[in-house]
Amino acid sequence: MNQRRREILKAGGSVTLLTLVAAAGWLRPGEANAADWNKAAFESKSMDETLKALGGGAPVASKDITFVSTPDIAENGAVVPVGVSSTIPKTESIAILIEKNPNMLAATFDIPAGTEPSISTRVKMGQSSNVYALVKADGKYYVTSKEIKVTLGGCGG
Amino acid sequence: MADPMKIRATLVGDSTEVKVLMSHEMETGQRKDAQGKTIPAWHIQNVTATWNGKTVLSAQWGPAVSKHPFMSFKFKGGAKGDKVQITWIDNKGDKRTDEAVIG
Repeated sequence: MNQRRREILKAGGSVTLLTLVAAAGWLRPGEANAADWNKAAFESKSMDETLKALGGGAPVASKDITFVSTPDIAENGAVVPVGVSSTIPKTESIAILIEKNPNMLAATFDIPAGTEPSISTRVKMGQSSNVYALVKADGKYYVTSKEIKVTLGGCGG
Repeated sequence: MADPMKIRATLVGDSTEVKVLMSHEMETGQRKDAQGKTIPAWHIQNVTATWNGKTVLSAQWGPAVSKHPFMSFKFKGGAKGDKVQITWIDNKGDKRTDEAVIG
């Protein structure tokens, strides 16, 4: 019986703590899981805004970033394969930005030590546009771009 | 709960190559339905890959990632029989974790 009492007290205690945390604004419902999603960066519309939201200054153009298995002409804008590979030492993250999409930033990938700075994915493109690969390495930003022509748009359905 | 992911992890030399295909609508929030109402955005926001409890890749995605997203990456290490675990969380708070054995 005493044991049960302990358990109830324990459970009660943790609920109170959670409520306190929620009340303090630390844990807003619905946002708890998305806490580490950079909303500002994904909602910004221009390159400058996106860079600012990502916390970086002006990137340096670099030939050490290459697009891998990325087409020059995409037949279907809804599925455009984009691969980015970086040979810059200490590459920390890779971001894919599409200039003429409603929001430029498509995706960011954080590369921990031990993982090769080379990723590929598929993105949507509303129209033919420049695609930027932004690499953060040792605290500095590097960028390269490629024009992809889209014959059928991917946004707007 | 969404459909399971298809994960393939293969040992290539001393690295492990991971390919993932997820099942998700990835609605952009830009499209309109037949009544002219905007279809709300619904997309994966965070993706994490772990191997032996160590994070080997974490990603943040916007709605511009394709429907039924694909991604691939490589990390050093891994042995046959090890498990690679992938988790995604979408903007509605839905999440899914799947794992694959390195082969």
